[in-house]
Amino acid sequence: MSAPLLEVEDLWVQLPTEEGIVRAVDGVSYTVDRGRCLGIVGESGAGKSVSAMAVMGLTRFSRARIAGAVRFEGRDLLTASDDELRRLRGNDIAMVFQDALSSLHPYFRVGDQIAGAVRAHQQIARRRARERAAEILALVGVPDPRRSMAAYPHELSGGMRQRAMIAMGLVNEPKLLIADEPTAALDVTVQAQILELLQRLRRELSTAVVLITHDLGVVAQMADEIAVMYAGRIVERAPAATLLAAPEHPYTWGLLQSIPHPSAEGQSDLVPIAGRPPSLIHPPSGCSFHPRCPYAREVHRRVDPRLEPVPDDGAAHRVACLLPVEVRRRMWRALRGGADHRQARTLADEEGTG
Amino acid sequence: MQYLSYMTDVFLRLDFGFSFQSNADVLGLILARLPATVQLALGAVVLWLAAGIGLGVVSAVRRRTLVDRVSMGVALVGISAPVYWLGLVAIYLFSEDIGLIPLLPGIGGYVPPTEDLSAWLGSMILPWCVLAASLAAIYSRVLRASLLDVMSEDYIRTARAQGLRERRVVLRHGLRGALTPVVTLAGLDLGVLLGGAILTESVFNLPGVGRLAYDAIVRGDLPVIQGTVLFGAFFIIVMAIIVDVLYAYLDPRVRHA
Repeated sequence: MSAPLLEVEDLWVQLPTEEGIVRAVDGVSYTVDRGRCLGIVGESGAGKSVSAMAVMGLTRFSRARIAGAVRFEGRDLLTASDDELRRLRGNDIAMVFQDALSSLHPYFRVGDQIAGAVRAHQQIARRRARERAAEILALVGVPDPRRSMAAYPHELSGGMRQRAMIAMGLVNEPKLLIADEPTAALDVTVQAQILELLQRLRRELSTAVVLITHDLGVVAQMADEIAVMYAGRIVERAPAATLLAAPEHPYTWGLLQSIPHPSAEGQSDLVPIAGRPPSLIHPPSGCSFHPRCPYAREVHRRVDPRLEPVPDDGAAHRVACLLPVEVRRRMWRALRGGADHRQARTLADEEGTG
Repeated sequence: MQYLSYMTDVFLRLDFGFSFQSNADVLGLILARLPATVQLALGAVVLWLAAGIGLGVVSAVRRRTLVDRVSMGVALVGISAPVYWLGLVAIYLFSEDIGLIPLLPGIGGYVPPTEDLSAWLGSMILPWCVLAASLAAIYSRVLRASLLDVMSEDYIRTARAQGLRERRVVLRHGLRGALTPVVTLAGLDLGVLLGGAILTESVFNLPGVGRLAYDAIVRGDLPVIQGTVLFGAFFIIVMAIIVDVLYAYLDPRVRHA
């Protein structure tokens, strides 16, 4: 068995700010195999983007402190030289950012920017690079690539801009594409198109994808595996189908319940997660989700849960929750049956004691 | 009524009146002085942009290091030092006759480039440097701030994510974004200087428009004062228009607005 394409092990990223040290990523581990898609889900500020930037080595340009290991095809990227990393960036690992308008250079033509990405890694003539840019633009479904290449980013529509951004990421046929909220700034219909496009490209180019989003609905369509991040940590990780059908963490429940289901005949049973994401400068003691968790007990303020395999659900499903597994399952059943937090809690408590 | 007739003369007949002093045609006086002023301004603009941008980039890239601190410190001195003082010090140090390090002949004796190119160069180098010094200092600070701003933009992150060399990220993607305010400023400053750099021209005894204005003020030669002021205003307006057009060229987003 060969090593996984990307292996992130106990990654820590700390960003010094004026108010204090932000623990943006707090011991995150995951692996991505060739051609697979990992979805990383969480609220803004959960450390999703920062962990991805650390993988790309982009955190080197800030004063971030990083620990742990990031291995790409077995090579440790955190100890790699700047130049080694640079050769990898945009060539073997590419990144697509959210908000293509601010992420594309406003003063350069789209075609030149894509061609520039080619020429960063291949010594070929400008003309060849531009041909390559036209090819990739056609591949991502930009009609009339020649015209779009001559356009400046602000002259394209949001959907076309994001396609151009994706084209730029894929132009060197990377083995891994990190897509950071690729659909966040787009209309819903365009979002669906972009997701379909990513799906198709993933199949055609057999690129592995790390899809970062705050929208469980987005990863549900695409990911093979889903990791849920909260306050700089992964709180639950499982194959996509398992996570969506049998989530174990109350935070995942909250995320699932805040997705609208058009099928539910007009009734609005969207349940937002109460409270706000915690400060990463002074993270809460114990389980970092306890201040917002409707099921938190007294001990959860003190004990810090670890990401552990869920009993009798295979090693692939891991969760960091202090609630006993039977209690969690009763709660999720109750919630799915339409109960609210309080009902679920009392029910679980009663059954637990009775 | 007098004003009206002056203005119609100026705008319709390009007639700026006659000097009280020499009874010469004001327009002719100004045009005769213009070459030296234009030479001074254009030479200086090249110098101060080169120095200002170079220093600005270096201190932005090496932010918070010794290089940054020293160059910004020098820039502060440059901004604070008045041109007449800097000019006199420069003359004291470098001029042929009284200088401590007599390197440059011909200071204070302007020779048109058509007559003797090397003598002209010798007479212009110090004025260029002195005039450029304070402006270069301002520009390096402006560019440093602007480049630091741009380097935290999303599109710089994208450029890095493409795997471009850092030199290219800074010099192409970064500088291209940071240059706009500098160009705007440079255009306007150039406009002001084309109207005559009174101090520099006086210190180095250059026969430019600024010197003409100064002499006219001293002698109370009103038509010449009026003429030079109008000329100055004219250049400022022209440069402002050029800058606006350049803006559309520099920032494609402006073109369609």
